[in-house]
Amino acid sequence: MGVVQGDQMVLNIGPQHPSTHGVLRLKVWTDGEIVSEIKPYIGYLHRCFEKHSENVTYEQVIPFTDRCDYIASMNNNFGYVVTMEELMEIKVPERVEYIRVIMAELNRIASHLLALGVYGLDVGAFTPFLYMFRDRERILDIFELTCGARLLYNYMWVGGVSHDLPKDFERICIGFLDYFEPKIKEYNDLLTHNKIFLERTADVGVLPPDVAINFGVSGPNLRGSGVNWDVRKDEPYSIYDRFEFEIPLGEGEFGTVGDSFDRYWVRMCEMKESIKIIRQAIKDLPDGDVFQTIPKKIRPPKGSIYRRTESPRGDLGYYIISDGSPIPYRVKMRSPAFTALSSLGEIAQGWMLSDVIAILGSLDIVLGEIDR
Amino acid sequence: MTPTEIKETLDREFPGSVIDNEELAESQIELKPDQWLEIATYLKNDPGLNFDQLECVTGIDTGEDGPLQSRYNFHSMEHRHKIEVVISLDRNNPKVASIEQVWRVGDWFERETYDMFGIIYEGHRDLRRILCPEDWEGWPLRKDYEAQETYHGIVVPKIKEEEWE
Amino acid sequence: MGVLEHKFQDNVVVASMDKLIGWARSTSPWFFQFGLACCAIEMMATAASRHDLMRIGMIPRSSPRQADVMIVAGTVTMKMGLRVKKLYEQMADPKYVISMGSCATSGGPYWQHGYHVLKGVDIVVPVDVYVPGCPPRPEALIEGLLKLQEKIQAERPLTRKSV
Repeated sequence: MGVVQGDQMVLNIGPQHPSTHGVLRLKVWTDGEIVSEIKPYIGYLHRCFEKHSENVTYEQVIPFTDRCDYIASMNNNFGYVVTMEELMEIKVPERVEYIRVIMAELNRIASHLLALGVYGLDVGAFTPFLYMFRDRERILDIFELTCGARLLYNYMWVGGVSHDLPKDFERICIGFLDYFEPKIKEYNDLLTHNKIFLERTADVGVLPPDVAINFGVSGPNLRGSGVNWDVRKDEPYSIYDRFEFEIPLGEGEFGTVGDSFDRYWVRMCEMKESIKIIRQAIKDLPDGDVFQTIPKKIRPPKGSIYRRTESPRGDLGYYIISDGSPIPYRVKMRSPAFTALSSLGEIAQGWMLSDVIAILGSLDIVLGEIDR
Repeated sequence: MTPTEIKETLDREFPGSVIDNEELAESQIELKPDQWLEIATYLKNDPGLNFDQLECVTGIDTGEDGPLQSRYNFHSMEHRHKIEVVISLDRNNPKVASIEQVWRVGDWFERETYDMFGIIYEGHRDLRRILCPEDWEGWPLRKDYEAQETYHGIVVPKIKEEEWE
Repeated sequence: MGVLEHKFQDNVVVASMDKLIGWARSTSPWFFQFGLACCAIEMMATAASRHDLMRIGMIPRSSPRQADVMIVAGTVTMKMGLRVKKLYEQMADPKYVISMGSCATSGGPYWQHGYHVLKGVDIVVPVDVYVPGCPPRPEALIEGLLKLQEKIQAERPLTRKSV
């Protein structure tokens, strides 16, 4: 009894497509509805970030880092200034450290809200998208109050921040957190425990932990596979070692460990942990001057450094080489979504076409960061 | 293990491949490109080193007439130690062994360094441009790069220095 | 509207064909979501709960055949510029283009050393309205759309153009 082998169809998804999270092209070889091979093609948003950073001064690189991962720009800034401060051995005042942590964690909540809302949209649920954007707008209001911008802030500078917190920041921020915490239960009722959502995401696109480490996957994608690795706890930077928070791991509650639902669930739990960190930071916020350690001219000593920080997508690394002048010699950004997308070809084999979209949504990629 | 101990281990196992370079920091090792694939496999599989995470592959152009460099950052999840490997390549014929079969993440990292610098990774199964279009000319991140005049009829404008005074 | 006004019953409206067609066309332009980069997030925020875009009649459509307006939101690169042109040619007439953000207008912050960046999408497609900003606020995008509505209304599709 022979096996009937049909011809394979080559299907092209993108670069303009409503569910590809940006300009991404996927070339899919399918046998009917089952996918046998996927090749991602990127580079449609290559904006020459690294070439620009070799021609402008160190301060002027910061707005360019904003625009790479445009959904979590505070975390991008944070990674760059932490790396620069380690290279130049600057110690920033305590107030600056607390402000930076508050802003980074608020941006983590905003980024996860967008990721989860758009994931629901990919799978077919329109309402959670509108609810999550409603709450995300309130976070953007807080950012606008502080530094004037809604999306791309240029807020964290080497040695400090660009604006001090406004006068009643604590009241507004705590007000937002008190409003937001019960909303997580609302999202769980709408989406997480929804039978259709579970059918589409549980057991789909399982990423085993050793494959994940070999592919350089990090962040919520790695934690969804059960590996306990978070740069904030394992290679702490800034003042993260003073806060108490837990690291949620994927446990395979509704399916196998490491499926798309686990990656979604880790992001949902991380929002709760970020709320805890912000409450602790606001309680201990000291007074002080935020501008005193900003150097007038940045001239780091000769040398190179590689430092990674935790962005909402994973390990964001900056490799900076300085030759003693005010203009960097080489700045390389190691983006977490780049490695997550390179693993798509491995985990999406054997699934149906609509499952591929669910897997891609659970990896939470941002093309601006991948193409730089 | 500290970087010095790792350097000594590599010198013992692969004599002659570690190059002493004063300009590098303590956590950086310079290696010769000859036995790179064997050393990489050893770095991953040896239980004492166990570097299972390749964090980053960076390409560097050290200036005119200088070599091109390919730098690799490694990290071990079990032992929590790090090392950085630097390999210098001749500018006119930059070839080094590819490690994409050892760490699968190296696949896209090496394609990106090839796209930006022109470093050829021998043994890579699918080495082609990843960020720039397939028919782009030149290696953009080299220090002596001049952008091409037109691409498919679209002008790639150059800045005329006199106009911006 | 002229001398024929108020001469009939309440449920009879008198207008010229040009104005009627202009009103019908301008008040429900369906937009082709062509979000490329950061401005795409602001476009999504404009279409979401707070700055609701559907109240001025715009719905996002993902196929160029069903859309009237193409909002180019974000940086256009050389690799993408050829595809923008192809998608523009697939849209059916009458079609309009809004260039959102400074990257689509003139290359944005990448104008100086961006070898791969197209310095403005008007090199490949004809643009009707430019919305500046990096990224433009949702209110700015809505103002750009209302200006587009005025422009569509001012067209006279039936008037014979003097030769």
